[in-house]
Amino acid sequence: MRYMLLIHQGTAPTPRSPEEWGRLSEDEQRAVYAAYKAIGETPGVSSGLQLAPAETATTVRVEDGKTLTTDGPFVAIKEALGGYLVFDADDIDAAIELASRIPAAGMGGAVEVRPVVER
Amino acid sequence: MIGFLGDFDLAEEAAQEAFAVAAERWPSDGTPSNPRAWLVTAARNRAIDRIRRDRTLAAKTPLLEVPEAGEDVVDETTIPDERLELVFTCCHPALALDAQVALTLRTLGGLGTEEIARAFLVPEATMAKRLVRAKAKIKAAGIPFRVPPAHLLPDRLAAVLAVVYLIFNEGYGGRGDLAAEAIRLGRALAELMPDEPEVHGLLALMLVNDARRDARFADGAMVLLRDQDRSLWDLEQIAHGRSAHDRASALGGRGPYVLQAALAILHVEEPPDWPRIAASYGELARLTGSPVVELNQAVAIAETGDVESALAVVERLDLEHYHYLHATRAELLRRLDRLQDARAAYDRALELVHSDAERRFLERRRAELGG
Repeated sequence: MRYMLLIHQGTAPTPRSPEEWGRLSEDEQRAVYAAYKAIGETPGVSSGLQLAPAETATTVRVEDGKTLTTDGPFVAIKEALGGYLVFDADDIDAAIELASRIPAAGMGGAVEVRPVVER
Repeated sequence: MIGFLGDFDLAEEAAQEAFAVAAERWPSDGTPSNPRAWLVTAARNRAIDRIRRDRTLAAKTPLLEVPEAGEDVVDETTIPDERLELVFTCCHPALALDAQVALTLRTLGGLGTEEIARAFLVPEATMAKRLVRAKAKIKAAGIPFRVPPAHLLPDRLAAVLAVVYLIFNEGYGGRGDLAAEAIRLGRALAELMPDEPEVHGLLALMLVNDARRDARFADGAMVLLRDQDRSLWDLEQIAHGRSAHDRASALGGRGPYVLQAALAILHVEEPPDWPRIAASYGELARLTGSPVVELNQAVAIAETGDVESALAVVERLDLEHYHYLHATRAELLRRLDRLQDARAAYDRALELVHSDAERRFLERRRAELGG
């Protein structure tokens, strides 16, 4: 079955915030890149996308037929989605294992694992 | 059946139908030579009939490729014991802990929804909803029906043991039927995983503690170990606990349950070897990092006669909202003749305590101080 892994950056440093990212040693930075690369190359992983920072998000609501547009993500910035990937796996154990290898999960963020509805 | 069908509800219904047919036929046709095999076969056939009738036939076609075994080919040895897989499914960490407990009692313990609801003091409808939700998540999220692979086993086994121990402790607080159920589950686990020392450790721990159950309460108030009437202890059960612990030790177990079982056994020895008990608590505290264990260690240190050191340990623990901390502190202060401080500590403990039996105990202790 397929799972979507929703990556929440939380307080995990990313290259987009150079100050926090700069606090990681070069080895740590390389390890983060290598881990994401390995995840992307894991058999069963497909259609992953990294999203631009949550600060660039625009949230749209429609009320009484009127479109209301607001700046920022639907949830708080720290809780916003940073990226996602789809993983075809035998069971949730495999998906949990992959999620635990995503650097954000171990650096102040979290990964939500959601089964995809197959039609 | 759950393992075969991958569906809790379908398995339950099919099993019920099989039992109903057996109740109707066996009295007239005679009991089959292998009743278990007969029931499994009948339940499987019923489930397959059901699925065939079901509109989702296409989705479940692979199931129909399983050969339909007749009674003659299914014997006891070809029916795998799938209780172990079931344990790991019920105690999967992707399920909420209360759901793990409820599912384990329902599917392994065979308790009815109403019984589980009563045991956990929630309305039956709430418990029913919790079970339905958990079963739905198992299906939708792809929680596997299998014993986890070796690299996942230690963590997952710890989760299973935690569920059983939680059930036991619910019973230990007064509901004896749950304690008995937990011990039954513990025995089943020990049978299913004979080489896991922690499984035997947990069983030993439960057996020894439960053996003192009748002595732990008198007139609705809790009785301290040293004041317990030993003639009320179940010595045979303590002996069973000892042999379960011996088995764990022989397997090289030094995990938290094995250590706790060792401690439970040390506590029932006469006279207790307090320095050794204090040292064992120290080992357990290092292993678990638990301040509650350190609190117990402090009690053991006090029993060796060093009340001052014990108090020093208690006072640096970060357990402000734990009534046992204040009750222990009160007891130590009393022994040091600091009666004013002792009274204040009993008052704090009484503010925090929930169980009536423990409240009565604390009130009595406080009254003995006078003032």
